[in-house]
Formats: sequence, structure tokens, C-alpha cells
Amino acid sequence: MSEAPKIAVTGLYKSFGPKQVLKGLDIQVEPGQSLVVIGGSGSGKSVLIKCIIGLMRPDAGSVRIDGRETTNLSGSAREAVRSKFGMLFQGSALFDSLRVWENVAFGLIEGERMARREAKEVALAKLAAVGLEPTVAELYPAELSGGMQKRVALARAIAKEPEIIFFDEPTTGLDPIMSDVINKLILKCVRDLGATAVSITHDMVSARFIADRIAMIHDGRIVWDGKAGEIDRSGNHFVDQFIHGRAEGPIKMPVRSL
Amino acid sequence: MTNILQPIGAAVLIALEQIGRIALFAIEAIGLAFRPPFRLRLIGRQLIDVGYYSLPVVGLTAIFTGMVLVLQSYTGFTRFNAEAAIPNVVVISLTRELGPVLAGLMVAGRIGAAMAAEIGTMRVTEQIDALSTLSTNPIKYLVVPRLVAGLIALPLLVAVADIIGVFGGYVIAIYKLGFNSSAYIKNTVDFVTSLDVVSGLVKAAVFGFIVALMGCYNGYHSRGGAQGVGAATTNAVVSASILILVFNYMLTEAFFSR
Repeated sequence: MSEAPKIAVTGLYKSFGPKQVLKGLDIQVEPGQSLVVIGGSGSGKSVLIKCIIGLMRPDAGSVRIDGRETTNLSGSAREAVRSKFGMLFQGSALFDSLRVWENVAFGLIEGERMARREAKEVALAKLAAVGLEPTVAELYPAELSGGMQKRVALARAIAKEPEIIFFDEPTTGLDPIMSDVINKLILKCVRDLGATAVSITHDMVSARFIADRIAMIHDGRIVWDGKAGEIDRSGNHFVDQFIHGRAEGPIKMPVRSL
Repeated sequence: MTNILQPIGAAVLIALEQIGRIALFAIEAIGLAFRPPFRLRLIGRQLIDVGYYSLPVVGLTAIFTGMVLVLQSYTGFTRFNAEAAIPNVVVISLTRELGPVLAGLMVAGRIGAAMAAEIGTMRVTEQIDALSTLSTNPIKYLVVPRLVAGLIALPLLVAVADIIGVFGGYVIAIYKLGFNSSAYIKNTVDFVTSLDVVSGLVKAAVFGFIVALMGCYNGYHSRGGAQGVGAATTNAVVSASILILVFNYMLTEAFFSR
């Protein structure tokens, strides 16, 4: 079983009404690998991640985690698969009615029924791992800056020591310095846990920094997939246009969405 | 002719589909309510919000309703020399109809709207997705405590409202209209039956459930940012208010028609 890819997605289709977002997407992630999926807005990156986690059900295709089909799971079987996952959301998605440490300890207290006192210890350790002082733990998320919220969200994502961590646009909305801090923290956390990581981003600085492997998604399919170091020599017009940020090229950005 | 019927048919289909969705949502939540873990902390917090903090609003509504009932029935009943029936009319209309309906409508505005706005905001900021990734069923965590609180809190509120409303009527009857105090109290107590009170409390439980259900359902399915949350809040209040009036008729029919 150790040879099975950590995540294997084959022939994934998903549409919303008349709009087809994923059109037979295939991708695999090996254990311990850090894959970054790049692509423009509306290319289906977020939908791909949501289908893998099971927040959305694909119209067709298969998602295997550790060799096990997960697309039709529900109830406790779904929860068992989800317990392997951690996710850092784009807008941090911290629970604003709970204190910082309760946010970080949430999965431990509610998901794993750990005692609150014990969970708080873990939460403080995880907050320290992302460079936050214990004094921050008693604050509410609304009292923190965007960069601090991202750190708390990262601490929450790694609190249960997941096998697979998803990062949804981890640096969007942050200044370049804070982006670098978050990128370094992501790299450190993923390495410390030995976790498999899947990130989606359109920030090429971030992508180059955290990726072992980069895949480019366009129009619901993977159009390029290779080692992070090879992205400048991809010979792929889609990738070239994207990493150099040119308006002209094979990728046409719809000016009108409908 | 078909041109006229087609939009009507389409509207009916949409309405039926919506009813089906709400019913499935309610059934899922009720199923989860009987499965451990039982989150008494969350239920307690909701009970305080729905019950305790609604007391002033519901109490004020009840006292003025009782007062105006006495005034109005006095102007009518004096023509037939039937003043003695006023305490009877007041206590029966309050316990059977006005107590539960008015408390239900006030709570729909206060609590239904708040629930829709809170859960709707959690939806559009991905906090509900975050719950799922932290091995916590969002319906069990967010919806079940609110439904339970609505079901328990509203009968208690209505019991208080009944007493306050009768007291309001009593004050006007004694100090403004010159009724005999002991005769008024005797007429009130002699005429009211346990069926009057119990039917009102059963109605209150149903209304409390409806308010919480519509608040949670609309919030849970809101989409599209601030505007979506606003629409969800409006829908929660309007649909809960209409359903309260519809169910009030059906429950009255069930209790009192023979």
C-alpha cells in the first residue's frame, strides 16, 4: 500500500448549471510531496480542492486517498477520511465567536473529544510553532491583523497533525514580507509533520518557494505538470504566459463572465 | 390559457421543491440531535440567547396586548352588559392565540434574523467548510443546538407572556375601568382551562422550532457575500412569520375543532 499515491484524482468532472468547471481532470500526489496547482481565476483550482476534501461532490470521476475511493462516502466513513486532512482557507475562516486558542484546539476538542485543558496545551505549542506568543491565545480573531489571522489559521490546520494539508491561496491579501513569513512557516510545518501538501495559488513567488512539483490548471484540465525547478523551461505556452503574467497568449481571460 | 397557467405551475414547483429541501434539512438535523455527542454547552448558550434575552421584548408585547384587549372588549361588551365576560375573553385569547403568535413573531424578528445572519456569514466566510475539515458536522454543531433551544425556550417565554399579559389587562380593568379586583381574578382563574394553556404552549414549541429552522436553513444555504446574507436574513424572518400564522391555524383546528 505504501506505493499507492497519497491522492489520486482521475477523470474529475464538475459543472455548476451550464458552466463546466472541471472537464476530466487527472492528477496524482505522492506521499510527502508538496504539489502547487497554479492557474488563473475561475480555472477550477478551488473546486478541485473542494472535491478532494469532499466539500463538493464531483459529477463524475474518482478521488482516491491512500488508494481508497472517497467520492461516494458519507457520514462516519467520510469523517474518518477527513480526519487525515487539514486546510488553510483563503480568508483564514477563523471562528469569530471563539478565542484564538479555542480556534486552534477546535479539531481536538470537538473532533477528537480531547479534554479542554490538554487541548489548550497543544494549541499553545502550535501557536508557538507559527511564531505567536501565548498572550495572543486569549484574544479573539477580529482583534488580530490579517497576517496574524493567517498564522492562527495555519496553527489550526496543523493542530491535529494531519497527513495531508491543503493551502487555498495562502498568501493572497498579504504584503510581500508577510507572504514570505507565511511561505516559510508553511514549508517548515509541512516538513516537520512529514505531511503531503496541496496548495493552490496564483502567486508565483509563493509557488516556487513551497512546491516540489507544480501543475498548471487551465479550462478544467491539467495542461502542464512537472518539477518546480523546471517551470522556467517548460516549453508550455500556457505556463509561460502565466508565470510571466502576459495578457496575450493562449489563455484568454473572459472580460465578461456570462 | 396555458400562458397564464405556466408561470403559476412553475412557481408551485419551486415552492414544493423548497418545502422538500427544508423538510430534508429538518430531518437530517433531528436525526443528528439524537446522536452523541450532546453539546449541552452550546444548547445552554442558545437558550440564554433565545429565551432570556427575548424576555423584555416578549414581555412588553404581552403587557400592551393584554391592556388593549381589555380596553377594546370593554367598549364592545358594555353595550350588552357583558363586562363580566371580559376577564374570560382576555385570558383565553392570550393563552390560546395572542401569547404564542405574538411571541413567535417577535422572536422570529429577533432570533430568526440573528441566526440567519450569523450562520450566513459563517457560510460566506468559509467557516462552515472549516468546521467540516475539523471533523465537526456543521449541522450538528450549528443547527441542532439552535433548534433545541427554540423548541424549549419559546414555551417558557409564552408561559411568562401569558402571565404578564393577563396582568396588563388586570391593571387596566381595575385602575382605569373600575372592575372589582377579586371578581376579576376569580373570573380569570375559573374560566381558563388547562387545554387553553397547554394548546398555547404546544403552539409555542412548534413556533420556536419553525423560527430556528428557518433562520438556520436560510443562513446555511446563503451565498454570494453580504447581499446573500441580507437576503437570507429577510427570507428567514418572512418565511418564519408566514409559517407561524399557517401553523397557528392548523394547530387551532387540531386542538379545538370537533
